[in-house]
Amino acid sequence: MSRRLSTVDPSKKWSGPTRKYDLVKEFVIAFLVIAVAALTLAGLFSSPDEKAITLQSWSKAAPADFVQTAAGELAGTTTSASYGPPYNNAADGQKILGISPAKVVGVHIPINPAQSFVIEPLKISADVPTRAAIDAWNSAPEKVRTGWATAYADALAKDGKATSLADTKNEYGPVPTLVTSLLAMAKSGGLDGALTTSDTNMPTNFTKPLLFLADGGTYFSDLASAQHLGGDQWGVMNETGSWPGQSWLWLYSFWYQIDPFKSSEDADVLVMTLMGVLSLLLVFLPLIPGLRKIPYLIPVHRLIWKKWYRRSSKS
Amino acid sequence: MAAESSWTAKVRSATVEKFEPEDLLPDHQPAYVSSWIYVFGVLTIASLAMIILSGFVLTFEGPAWWHSSNVGHYVNSVHLWSVELFFIFMVVHLWGKFWMAAWRGKRLATWITGCLAFFASIITGFTGYIIQTNFDSQWIATQAKDGFNAMGIGAFFNTLNTGQAILLHVSLLPLVLGIIVVWHIILVRRKGVVPPMEEVDSATRSVETMEVKK
Repeated sequence: MSRRLSTVDPSKKWSGPTRKYDLVKEFVIAFLVIAVAALTLAGLFSSPDEKAITLQSWSKAAPADFVQTAAGELAGTTTSASYGPPYNNAADGQKILGISPAKVVGVHIPINPAQSFVIEPLKISADVPTRAAIDAWNSAPEKVRTGWATAYADALAKDGKATSLADTKNEYGPVPTLVTSLLAMAKSGGLDGALTTSDTNMPTNFTKPLLFLADGGTYFSDLASAQHLGGDQWGVMNETGSWPGQSWLWLYSFWYQIDPFKSSEDADVLVMTLMGVLSLLLVFLPLIPGLRKIPYLIPVHRLIWKKWYRRSSKS
Repeated sequence: MAAESSWTAKVRSATVEKFEPEDLLPDHQPAYVSSWIYVFGVLTIASLAMIILSGFVLTFEGPAWWHSSNVGHYVNSVHLWSVELFFIFMVVHLWGKFWMAAWRGKRLATWITGCLAFFASIITGFTGYIIQTNFDSQWIATQAKDGFNAMGIGAFFNTLNTGQAILLHVSLLPLVLGIIVVWHIILVRRKGVVPPMEEVDSATRSVETMEVKK
């Protein structure tokens, strides 16, 4: 059986039969339908609004998690401290084909977690022991500072529940004072203000408090997991509660659920690159042999133009 | 300099003179434009109009209004559900155009602008999610930063910078999306609706000779 795919030159202006089509009326009706649908759905199902987490609420709800994170910032062991570009040069960033795009672009949002999240905010404190602890920290060699903070962070992590520990072996230096003062500052709400107003008194940039919050051990991530927002829960496309989220990101979320992406340290750059390639394939699909033939091979168009084909067969 | 060679004349020649009024606002369409699939394009545009209208109200009242006002929460809900409807209709429209191989007949630019509108919508929607100023926006911003940072994009688009995201969401991205959508619609009107793919067993039948039965 010989088949011709088209008997009409689709590039030429249609000179065949036409039908009445009121474009403006169609749009007005469509808009009214959408307006009624959106207003009704909003009235029936509302929208989610889980209250934002503050450093104050975190420090009050999970003080042990908070102090372990603060000690980790001083020790340089948190995610931010070992992140790399665009925040610092602690690492190269994720790589694809041996290239780190983040490193190529470089540091654009300088963050030194120990200074940015702990020392700088504490400088507004008038407390004498705190100021002495800051001086002791700043005047010590980096190796000594790291030794103090690492020892204290390890001890806090080992205990698991303590918000401060006695320095019985004299190995923590000023770190317990710094961390305890930061906890008090956070509980008072002062740390939220200090981290957002470090660059301007009218803040719109929440990079520092959010990075610090995200460095936390379990508190923030446990709350997210409870709302099924974790990366392994298809969290990219989920919303808090039972509301629909960004379901159009299902494919992006999908790659994080399977190997090799799931277990790769370079998962983000791999998934982003893959999605970029797939997006380009979609954009230029009409030019790609094989892919552009799919609509001809699977005749869904027979359903779409069913009336037209039926009319054609009768004529 | 002759008027015909002026920049203005060239722009007029390349734009306005390309269109007949009947092309831009037709009251007739080819007879094959008779399927539910054609509804999804206009539903997408109508949803976008609803998004813009509800967005206007949210813009005037500010990003934190909806946390403390019942009216604000309702308007935010209208905005959210308009976005959900918008994406549903746009995806169906996109799939429909794929199965119609709607790029045929020198309509490649129409297909490309449609895809670009889809991607611009995703980015615009994403910035909307990170300016909710609630727990969801905090979590999304802290997680999504890693993807953008890994690509080197995070140096310029910082998901944790709420002020930047607000400006992108309410000014730059709607402008970009608006231009792409208008461009897409103009191309649709200029090129016309793609005709059906004909599969016939012989060359004896041709739609060009067919008459519509009245």
